[in-house]
Amino acid sequence: MYAYDGLDRSLVRDRVDEFRDQVARRLAGSLSEEQFKPLRLMNGLYLQLHGYMLRVAIPYGVLSSAKLRALAHVARRWDRGYGHFTTRQNLQFHWVKLSETPDILAYLAEHDLHAIQTSGNCIRNTTTDPFAGAARDEADDPRVWCEVIRQWSTLHPEFSYLPRKFKIAVTASAKDRAAIKAHDIGLRLGRDAEGRLVFEVLVGGGLGRTPHIGALVKKDLPADRLLSFLTAILRVYNREGRRDNLYKARIKILVSELGLAAFAEKVEQEWAALDPTEIDILGTELARIRGQFALAKLDPRPAVSRGFEAARTREDFARFARNNIAPHKVQGYGIVTISLKGIGDTPGDCTADQMEAIADLAESYSQSEIRVTHAQNLVLPNVALDDALALFEGLRAIGLASANINLASDIIACPGLDYCALANARAIPIAQAIARRFEDPIFEEAVGELQVKISGCINACGHHHLGHIGILGVDKKGEEYYQLTLGGSGAEDAAIGAVLGPAVAAGDVADAVEALARRYLEVRQPEERFLDTVRRLGPTPFKAAVYEHADTV
Amino acid sequence: MLILSEDGGVRAVEDRFTVLGDEEGAGRARPVILSRARFEADAERLWSEGFELGVRLAADDKVEDLAYDLPRLAVVALEFPKFRDGRAFTSAVLLRQRYGFLGEVRAVGDVLLDQAFAMVRCGFSAFETRASAADWARAIGRYAVVYQTSADGRQPAFLARATKS
Ligand code: SF4
Repeated sequence: MYAYDGLDRSLVRDRVDEFRDQVARRLAGSLSEEQFKPLRLMNGLYLQLHGYMLRVAIPYGVLSSAKLRALAHVARRWDRGYGHFTTRQNLQFHWVKLSETPDILAYLAEHDLHAIQTSGNCIRNTTTDPFAGAARDEADDPRVWCEVIRQWSTLHPEFSYLPRKFKIAVTASAKDRAAIKAHDIGLRLGRDAEGRLVFEVLVGGGLGRTPHIGALVKKDLPADRLLSFLTAILRVYNREGRRDNLYKARIKILVSELGLAAFAEKVEQEWAALDPTEIDILGTELARIRGQFALAKLDPRPAVSRGFEAARTREDFARFARNNIAPHKVQGYGIVTISLKGIGDTPGDCTADQMEAIADLAESYSQSEIRVTHAQNLVLPNVALDDALALFEGLRAIGLASANINLASDIIACPGLDYCALANARAIPIAQAIARRFEDPIFEEAVGELQVKISGCINACGHHHLGHIGILGVDKKGEEYYQLTLGGSGAEDAAIGAVLGPAVAAGDVADAVEALARRYLEVRQPEERFLDTVRRLGPTPFKAAVYEHADTV
Repeated sequence: MLILSEDGGVRAVEDRFTVLGDEEGAGRARPVILSRARFEADAERLWSEGFELGVRLAADDKVEDLAYDLPRLAVVALEFPKFRDGRAFTSAVLLRQRYGFLGEVRAVGDVLLDQAFAMVRCGFSAFETRASAADWARAIGRYAVVYQTSADGRQPAFLARATKS
């Protein structure tokens, strides 16, 4: 895991001082709210329905036990004892006071944490595969490149006032666990015919009111030229992206208005004109960063763990092992996903007590390392199979042993009308109602992989477009209604879901989702996931299942 | 107006230049700043009459269009129509890094103290602002470490690490 040196620390500390000064000027009235807004946003501070929300950066979703404990402390001391993990692998505190935020940031800085660029029209926290460094199928560790991007993009003087926010995601696997095609820039690290590391660069993905799937703008970019190529893209965007209309300001609109070929041509021209020696990462610095991510020594283990096999005769553990443990690149280890989606929970919420307990479990069983996933779960990446049962029991003791990863109740939901000033409708209670329909684990496992994603408004923070079943809150004459989409995906087979039919009332959403799942069980072919069946049959049979009874508008 | 002085400090100075409107008579030779349209129409004549010229570029004007004339310009003023509009940052970087422009790059329009740091890094050297020189100096000296190269020639962290080891 990357450890800050004195230089990294100095920058974070200076940032805290700057923000303390800005907050003082705001409280004294010498900064107007209009002037203060972009400054606080670049420090992750939002004004929401009930007050201020602070979004803390978790660079590429990687946490240590020590950092997680620091976050637990913030939750307890300055918030209401919990935090909310987001789809950008960050953590939000929804109940902070403006006057206390400089102290919170100062405390976080002591633990090498900050809130820099978690909001605002700048380059946001880069996200990646939560299995990075442990996945069997990766070409190289994508975290190395995330860290390279983190440094390059932090306080970038030229790209801090872009037309709109800018999100980058990196994966190094064929299986896309980072939704790279839904990002302004998606990077896939691979190897060329000679074995050299190269990037595939996708541009213009994004959700919101005009969802786009990212398109390939460069193949086989030598990995060590990444930063100059990113600079070229950002420069073209900063100059030519639309600034006249908030809803047309993302790079996806620029790419679609210019056409992909014309956009790519401009980027290539800019790339050819800039001086790469000033921008591209030095080999020595790359080696220094890579060294910090070297796989910590995992004791060799036998291929078959006897303890693990014996434990699997227990039905509850067997279910957990099936759904929440993925294969590790080192023999005898597994990657364990901790679901923050228990029945009745708010997706992504985690109490201070749970954070501390997870920090302890990570220390005992996963080399003190924790990851945040874009599906709002946590991952312990390096767990010996011999320890899996003990870990499972530890998780059970804190109510976090739900065996539902990638199943119907593993729902992504944005904060919605319970917190967010922009929302049309609530998202959290809808998620809870749906989860209850899948309380029977036999039914839920029979349905299998099913990604339900809920957004409280068209800004799509809950990624509803990418849900196998997407749910979007809409306002119908002051009432909360929900539009359903079908067939979306955020993975390597990325697609935007298609609207199924008229929006349904809040009370009918869970019925509709259950009806969709039951119809799938009736019409599926062997080995087909829900998504595959939808793609094969189209919407008709599903439409019938939903609209037989529902109260629609 | 504030300017960066040679030693990297900040000084408040009288602006030597006046803005010459598009319709205004030129008058006697003096330092003036022109719109791009007036510059294109009138620059040769004004130069031949001994004027010292600067050009004010709107946020959507391209510095590339000035490339040929840059060595003869004393000032390029880049406009921030709103402080949130960051196009002038790229314009400044290109003026310094791509065209090697050595004259004054001036920030005009909605020039916010909290952007001083980014402006200086991108190569701005003069600022039309009501902020005090002391506040401006503090803002630009805020960060002891930077992560990337820009037009100010500061050594970024990755190079500092390379020379250290
Ligand atoms: S999708 Fe809308 S309601 Fe949900 S968090 Fe984003 S802005 Fe708020």
